Amino acid sequence: MLAFIIQRLFQSVLVMLTVALIAFALFNYVGDPINNMVGQDTTQADRERLRQDLGLNAPFVVQFARFVGHAVQGNFGLSYQQARPVGQIILEKMPATLELSFMAAFLALLLGVPMGIYTGLHRSSWGSQALLAISLVGVSLPTFLIGILLILIFAVLLGWLPSFGRGAVVHIGWWTTGFLTAEGWRAIILPAITLALFQMTLIMRLVRAEMIEVLRTDYIKFARARGLSNRAVNFGHALKNTLVPVITITGLQLGSIIAFAVITETVFQWPGMGLMFIQAVSFADIPVMAAYLVLVGFFFVIINLVVDLLYYAVDPRLRVEREIAAGG
Amino acid sequence: MAEITAPGAVSPSAVPRPGWARFADSDLWWSFRRSPVTVVAASVACVIIGAALLAPLIAPHDPYDLASVSLLDATDPPAWLPGGNWSYLLGTDNQGRDVLSTIFYGTRVSLLVGCSAVLLSMLLGVTLGLIAGWRGGIADTMIMRVADVQLSFPAILIALLIDGVAHSLLPREVQTRITLYVLIAAIALSYWVHFARTVRGSAMVERSKEYIQAARVIGVHPARIVIGHLLPNVIGPVLVIATINLATAILTEATLSFLGVGLPPTEPSLGTLIRVGNDYLLSGDWWISVFPGTVLALLILSVNLLGDWLRDAFNPKLR
Amino acid sequence: MAAQPFYSRGMSNTEALLKVENLRVEVPTRRGTLVAVDDVSFDIAPGEVLGVVGESGAGKSLTGAAIIGLLEPPLKIAGGSITLAGRRIDNLPYEAMRRIRGKEIGAIFQDPLTSLNPLYTIGRQLVETIRTHLDLGPAKARGRALSLLREVGIAGADERIDHYPHQFSGGMRQRVVIALALAANPRLIIADEPTTALDVSIQAQIIALLKRLGRDHGTAIMLVTHDMGVIAETAHRVAVMYAGRIVEIGPVRRIVDRPSHPYTKGLMASIPRTAGPRGRLRQIDGTMPRLNAIPPGCPFSPRCTEALDRCRRERPDLMPANETQAACWQCAPVAEHANA
Repeated sequence: MLAFIIQRLFQSVLVMLTVALIAFALFNYVGDPINNMVGQDTTQADRERLRQDLGLNAPFVVQFARFVGHAVQGNFGLSYQQARPVGQIILEKMPATLELSFMAAFLALLLGVPMGIYTGLHRSSWGSQALLAISLVGVSLPTFLIGILLILIFAVLLGWLPSFGRGAVVHIGWWTTGFLTAEGWRAIILPAITLALFQMTLIMRLVRAEMIEVLRTDYIKFARARGLSNRAVNFGHALKNTLVPVITITGLQLGSIIAFAVITETVFQWPGMGLMFIQAVSFADIPVMAAYLVLVGFFFVIINLVVDLLYYAVDPRLRVEREIAAGG
Repeated sequence: MAEITAPGAVSPSAVPRPGWARFADSDLWWSFRRSPVTVVAASVACVIIGAALLAPLIAPHDPYDLASVSLLDATDPPAWLPGGNWSYLLGTDNQGRDVLSTIFYGTRVSLLVGCSAVLLSMLLGVTLGLIAGWRGGIADTMIMRVADVQLSFPAILIALLIDGVAHSLLPREVQTRITLYVLIAAIALSYWVHFARTVRGSAMVERSKEYIQAARVIGVHPARIVIGHLLPNVIGPVLVIATINLATAILTEATLSFLGVGLPPTEPSLGTLIRVGNDYLLSGDWWISVFPGTVLALLILSVNLLGDWLRDAFNPKLR
Repeated sequence: MAAQPFYSRGMSNTEALLKVENLRVEVPTRRGTLVAVDDVSFDIAPGEVLGVVGESGAGKSLTGAAIIGLLEPPLKIAGGSITLAGRRIDNLPYEAMRRIRGKEIGAIFQDPLTSLNPLYTIGRQLVETIRTHLDLGPAKARGRALSLLREVGIAGADERIDHYPHQFSGGMRQRVVIALALAANPRLIIADEPTTALDVSIQAQIIALLKRLGRDHGTAIMLVTHDMGVIAETAHRVAVMYAGRIVEIGPVRRIVDRPSHPYTKGLMASIPRTAGPRGRLRQIDGTMPRLNAIPPGCPFSPRCTEALDRCRRERPDLMPANETQAACWQCAPVAEHANA
């Protein structure tokens, strides 16, 4: 067990370093830190001196190490666009994105899993066919289009919900939350649904496909041959086996929600990291882009790690093999 | 029970037939005719694609001919609403361009980017997949490692990144001219992985089969084996992936354009049109976004349905 | 069991545990309806082991599936009847049939690797099955599970009852599967290729186990397999199936030593012998026809070396032949003689 955790941690660190490398390459070689710090008429000699002072002539490895060191402390330099520390900007924007993402993930799971189970168990019923048709639409409509549609209906035509922004937020330490105000809740509904829709349909189709596969297995046939009740077969056996692989994919979906937040935040002008990133891309604000990359990479790695550990806890086959291998 | 499914194969052939023969097989056509949804989807797709291809011929106006566009006609509503004008059937946008015409041209661009991206990613993915599957060893490990890492990041993020990096690397003047190519490349590079994986899997399966080994022993050149034997066996799944990828590519391009990092308003795709119209949504000029949006949705939906049907048709388990 | 009277259609066998009469299983395809099991009839007496032998695709597994009510749609029973202890079971509603499954009729499948749910301990799977059919509390059910495990030969049952399926070897897993099938003490077990997926050395053990359990519990067994050796070792009577029909049925010794149907003769002749003079391996030329290409008349006629004209035109039913029953026109004189 311990060996497994250590191995996964090691892998995670490797992936993080790779991501950091790409971010660093971006940082140093795509953008020129010097050019953005000084004016047009600074002499070449002065630039060279500045370069020397900032240690930009040091060997690659040294610079990379320094970059990693700074990154771990949350120091990503100054934003080209806003001339503020990038770390500060991220801290401001992160709560908005995280709250939105978790809300969306929650919705996607809450609705997606049961719908998937239902359509998996009752393959040919009218309800299933209808749900599948709607899900196809959900997968085909671009996220931004869904957002626009929802804004059109609920904000413009009906005027029930706000069409942009987060509403009133409450500060708790460095975190800002929209969950403590009615306005905050009203503001998060449309963006969360928009973000969740795509994931929800994906999860539904996934659970359905997995359920159908499981229902075809020999052990389900054998369970039926033993006369076990439908409830025992479907929910006791089939469901448990379905959910095990679903856990992995769902966990990875959470990561992709954080990424898709970019689109939703743009549509709803939601002040999160995604909007920050888009603005950075338009402006070629490299430090912000690099920081976002590292952060997202970090989230992904953490999520992957947690999912792996969960998998390990849930599937006995993985556990016992290790014990036997260890001579247990 | 060993096989409590329909026994006795229905299709008579036991020898693996090349992809084109399966295409012409009545099974595929039969399942196409039998599914009304697919027929509708195919028709809709054909109409949209046809309209896009014939845009210069059938569009009522040329929205990019600055002489014919007049700001006086800006933001006119669709023809059947008060204030509308029958020569601008679906209304006009903020510059006075005819929405219907912009949709024709925009669809053209969307399809161009989508198809090119898919073709490019298919080329890249199939080639890398064949190399990985055929040669194995170091090449395989490396390619698959990269694929794995890339797969754990959402494609849109990768496309955004490539786009953003390209924007920073290239001097301003060059940027606007080659935006199209950068976009195609960015999308293609995000989606090659699915092709590679599938092709690699098939290649590895086929590689160990006896007829391939026999060919190698005889001394047939590996390239001939790969192209002549491996490739035909892989065409089916590749086609399915390509179709579904087309829908995704169109979607991705639309998203990137909407976000402002795709095609500019001077050469807009459907995504750009929606972006332009988004600013006018709150003031009530909904048609500038909604009509391009509808066409986009229909296009992606019908391509997705076709892809779904293809996948079911090629799936031996469902026969 | 050698004194078992051989089956003759028309002779009412009131002791028959299972009575299958004119069973017909069809599957509608877009090219027409295919008949997978065609007019199959046989009986199984209590405690008897009936072997059902034939090539892959001959319909043996489907017959078993039909009996236990697990035919997957679009396969369906299109005719005939199945009677268990005097009660018709082929037309029961799902819930009624479910109560019979496991309690009256058990089943064992081919691959022990995939027959057990990998996520539950075998103890849990056993107790669940026991408590579904027998009214026992958890402690008593576990006790019964333990005794079942010991009976099928699992050493260290007290510990192993809490192990997961992947912690057992193939042969051990099949024993667990047998224990599960026996959990509610059914009167009939349908064993579909129970040893095919196992090592040869383990096969003998499993077969011996099945025999012993059948004897000890008085359980009848319908043993479906393509392995004639297993049949010769275990069965009392044998039914030979070909293209969805029974072509010969009778006591095992007669079928093995003096087969009447040309197909059965071909089967016996193709078994390599270790004793006696060795010659070339014999085979039956051709292959069994696909379901959508079954020839008119006797389905075996294209491959039959003794085929008459009549064989290609008329389909023979089972008729008495030399202490067995065979569906062959060659046996017609014998039948007429017997009726004379």
